[in-house]
Amino acid sequence: MSDHKPTGIKRWLFTTNHKDIGTLYLWFAFTMFLVGGAMAMIIRAELMQPGMQVVDPLFFNSMTTMHGLIMVFGAVMPAMVGFANWMVPMMIGAPDMALPRMNNWSFWILPFAGTMLVSTLFMEGGGPAFGWTFYAPLSTTFAPKSTDFFIFAVHMLGFSSIMGAINIIATILNMRAPGMTLMKMPLFVWTWLITAFLLIAVMPVLAGAVTMMLTDRNFGTSFFSAAGGGDPVLFQHVFWFFGHPEVYIMILPAFGIVSQIIPTFARKQLFGYASMVYATAAIAFLSFIVWAHHMFTVGMPVAAELYFTYATVMIAVPTAVKVFNWTATMWKGAMTFETPMLWAVAFVFLFTIGGFTGLMLGVAPADFQYHDTYFVVAHFHYVLVTGAVFAIIAGVYYWLPKWTGNMYDEKLGKLHFWLSTISVNVLFFPQHFLGLAGMPRRIPDYAIQFAEFNFMSSLGGFAFGLSQLLFLFIVIKCIKGGEKATDKVWDNPEGLEWTVPSPAPYHTFETAPQIK
Amino acid sequence: MSTQAGGYYLPEPSKWPLIGSIGLFLTLFGFATALPGKSEGTVGNLYIMYAGLIVLAYMLFGWFGQVIGESESGKYNDQVDVSFRMGMLWFIFSEVMFFAAFFGALFYVRQLSVPWLSGEGNNGMTNELLWKGYENVWPTNGPGAVGGKYESMPAAGIPLYNTIILLTSGVTVTLAHWALKKENRSQLILWLFATVALGGLFVALQAYEYSHAYSAMNLKLSTGIYGSTFYMLTGFHGLHVTIGAIMLTVMLLRSIKGHFTPKHHFAFEAAAWYWHFVDVVWLGLFIFVYWL
Repeated sequence: MSDHKPTGIKRWLFTTNHKDIGTLYLWFAFTMFLVGGAMAMIIRAELMQPGMQVVDPLFFNSMTTMHGLIMVFGAVMPAMVGFANWMVPMMIGAPDMALPRMNNWSFWILPFAGTMLVSTLFMEGGGPAFGWTFYAPLSTTFAPKSTDFFIFAVHMLGFSSIMGAINIIATILNMRAPGMTLMKMPLFVWTWLITAFLLIAVMPVLAGAVTMMLTDRNFGTSFFSAAGGGDPVLFQHVFWFFGHPEVYIMILPAFGIVSQIIPTFARKQLFGYASMVYATAAIAFLSFIVWAHHMFTVGMPVAAELYFTYATVMIAVPTAVKVFNWTATMWKGAMTFETPMLWAVAFVFLFTIGGFTGLMLGVAPADFQYHDTYFVVAHFHYVLVTGAVFAIIAGVYYWLPKWTGNMYDEKLGKLHFWLSTISVNVLFFPQHFLGLAGMPRRIPDYAIQFAEFNFMSSLGGFAFGLSQLLFLFIVIKCIKGGEKATDKVWDNPEGLEWTVPSPAPYHTFETAPQIK
Repeated sequence: MSTQAGGYYLPEPSKWPLIGSIGLFLTLFGFATALPGKSEGTVGNLYIMYAGLIVLAYMLFGWFGQVIGESESGKYNDQVDVSFRMGMLWFIFSEVMFFAAFFGALFYVRQLSVPWLSGEGNNGMTNELLWKGYENVWPTNGPGAVGGKYESMPAAGIPLYNTIILLTSGVTVTLAHWALKKENRSQLILWLFATVALGGLFVALQAYEYSHAYSAMNLKLSTGIYGSTFYMLTGFHGLHVTIGAIMLTVMLLRSIKGHFTPKHHFAFEAAAWYWHFVDVVWLGLFIFVYWL
């Protein structure tokens, strides 16, 4: 079979090729990363000093809301699906995804949904300004008209995610090369199999939540209105039943990426493969039964506070298994620190900090103090930025030579790493102190005693934002040329993707490889 | 160029997904413009939505038409068949979770929020200060009596008939499947037709029930939490019955055209699975919405 592919814009619009679609996902994610990042810059500019200086409060609230939504649904999730598209078929020896046309649809819904979401900012009454969690009644009784467009954007994002997840499950379960048993699959494939299950289980629940919002807003239902017998707290329950698994949807594939990278540069097999698989499954299971730890201060019965505390801190056990295994993989390894490994090691270290603050937040009586403060902001940015985003960047550096056939600029890659890692800590670490001192999240102005740490945080923010433009430059430079990559790229990495040429041909594994 | 890779059919580039995205966008964007909103009123009309629906219909005909053509010309091997099966099963699972959100809301208000409003647990003062005299009963339109006096929907009568109708249709679709496996085309068509007819009867009775509830019982979507959960659960179920009936109608037409073999009839099975799924959801509705 030939390497024939359509040319021009039609190649990208109509493609059924998993590599093309993976590329589309990754570029879409990066675009949204910059859009959401620009919003973060506005937030940090406003917060650089006490008092109001850059934007008005409503617009500030729109920025925090849209920044969160865009980063979660537009940047991190599509980036992870992009990796899955590129790598899963190659890692399991499949010719393509199981359902290639639906794969195209999963992607091409995204730009339309993203457009609808961003368009709300230009509507009368402003964009959604109720926070990314869109709690009722802020999002029902007190929200602008643009909220209805936001609701349908969420519906479309949900369709896309569900179809993408169905495709990934069908691919992993049905398209593996002969001999590729489940327990021989690379860990990235395992984490995506479990993530896809989570997506199919909870995205419809989110769809249900926004549908109830829609009818409460437009058709007189009373789901979230106490006068009619409903309850605003019901919204929070439905939302977080989706929302908690959602955070694992963003981090499990990151675990997978890091689990591919660390063994390569430690030149050892991954320590405790089976326990990694079971830990991933355990985290996924626990994610369904801990959701109300996001709502400790809402006024739940004490029994619920106790239960959700205990269930939540149990997550530390499988997560600790993972961190232990990554560390043990590096133990006495012949380590080198190429750019992907630097990001991966930073991931292990900094994600763990986010995990520890998560434990603090998971304990109900302690959470009463931290709830809705900058401590929470610091916590979830450590797990999402230095966790998920760092893993994504690590993965890009790791597989970029396989995708483009060229090595990236190692010097610039390392510069990118150090700039980002230092600035991201300047950005988010002081936010722990701000939160513990009582600075609430989602406000454009603050008391004078918070000024120094906010100033530091803003400087770190601008530096981190600018560093990512360097990333864009490095990626484009690598696509345009550079030292030719070998097929293996790295020093004896494990996995089928390294058995095909660099760049990977348009079609790979048309004849399934035999796995010993 | 369509590629056969180790026998697994890989489709050539397709315009249908993009057309589907455009249709979906127009439909939802148009619908949003026409919604009343909380106070602002509509900013548009339904024409954009209609345009979107036409585009979506065009996409569905084109895309499914192409897939049916490929299937009938024998391009799909057993492995492709398994992919389709997994796709349909996981899609149904996602639908189950969608309904779970609404059932969860129903259980939450019945077991927790309505009792709390009436002062249970440590909520005595809530009841005393905010909703004095409100008692925990179901059905309820809340302490504010939103929507005014209404009658609740009894389980006897139409809901019971509809239960029998839907359960019977589950039997007839299985009889159709047996007929297909035994290569008895006329029996297949007969039982499939019976299934579609029962589905249509179900939807018609449901429509009658709704109109009766609106005109004679003052039971509306806006009748507090009871009206909300009643109409949203039964309404989404009715929508799914309609979709399932359309799927079965396509299977009926394809059976008449001579499609399907005893070994190769995934589309029929997918439609049948979907039909059983709406059947099971209905049982949950009958028990928790109508009966208890």
